[in-house]
Amino acid sequence: MATVEVSFSALPVHVRTARLIVTAVARRSGVTETLLDEVRLAVGEACSRAVEAHRRHCPDEPVRLELTADGRRFEAVVSDSVPGDDAAGTAAIDPAPAVPSLPAGEPQYSEDAFGLGLADDTAELGLAVIAGLADDVEIETTPKGVQIRMSWPIGA
Amino acid sequence: MDLKVNDYTTDDGLTVINVEGEIDVYTAPKLREKLIDLVNKGKFHLLVDMEKVEFLDSTGLGVLVGGLKRVRAHDGSLELVCTQERILKIFRITGLTKVFGIHDSIEEAQEKRKGAK
Repeated sequence: MATVEVSFSALPVHVRTARLIVTAVARRSGVTETLLDEVRLAVGEACSRAVEAHRRHCPDEPVRLELTADGRRFEAVVSDSVPGDDAAGTAAIDPAPAVPSLPAGEPQYSEDAFGLGLADDTAELGLAVIAGLADDVEIETTPKGVQIRMSWPIGA
Repeated sequence: MDLKVNDYTTDDGLTVINVEGEIDVYTAPKLREKLIDLVNKGKFHLLVDMEKVEFLDSTGLGVLVGGLKRVRAHDGSLELVCTQERILKIFRITGLTKVFGIHDSIEEAQEKRKGAK
């Protein structure tokens, strides 16, 4: 059972609300002030990705955010309802693009990277930000949707 | 907080864009429109002052990279003024510190521009 569960319409304006909520719950859970910025940004990125995916595929479905603290770690899970890459081949028609694997370390963009479509792929930038900020990240892609699970230590 | 975007052009042809507030998936379109508008008006040397930016996410980064692509197509430039560690960290994580010129102040950017001429 999550400490706080929020479902919100897939609208960009609500991503800001989600950021405010996650910051408040993380602070109350004992996440140190120095990590709060990272929590806020990483969860905001995951929510932005989910909102964009919903707007393309299922704008009426809400995005789900679950926040849990067990005394040692604070965990945020952002779930969308856009069927992902389905290994069993049962994904719905027009599935969302598979979530690429998390980039390892700092992305190495060349001087000409901006000429290679980088600007059009903010999803990749978003995942790079999440990978760089969250203490631990897991991305699960299922026929039901994509779940991004991030966690940080409490009181460290 | 909403995003405020204002611009002015200096005597040496540099267009400074002052950005204030949060740049995210909700507000980034406003900055994108400003950059497109300036390029359409023939302003190809842009300096985005981010000292009053309180929040920046990947959508904002995408808009800045998109602006850079546009001005580069006209042999222009898009550089940044930013000293806030919380914002600089996002550029470092994404490797974009290698793509953008980042200055400590508008004056420093202007001096470097004069030196490069």
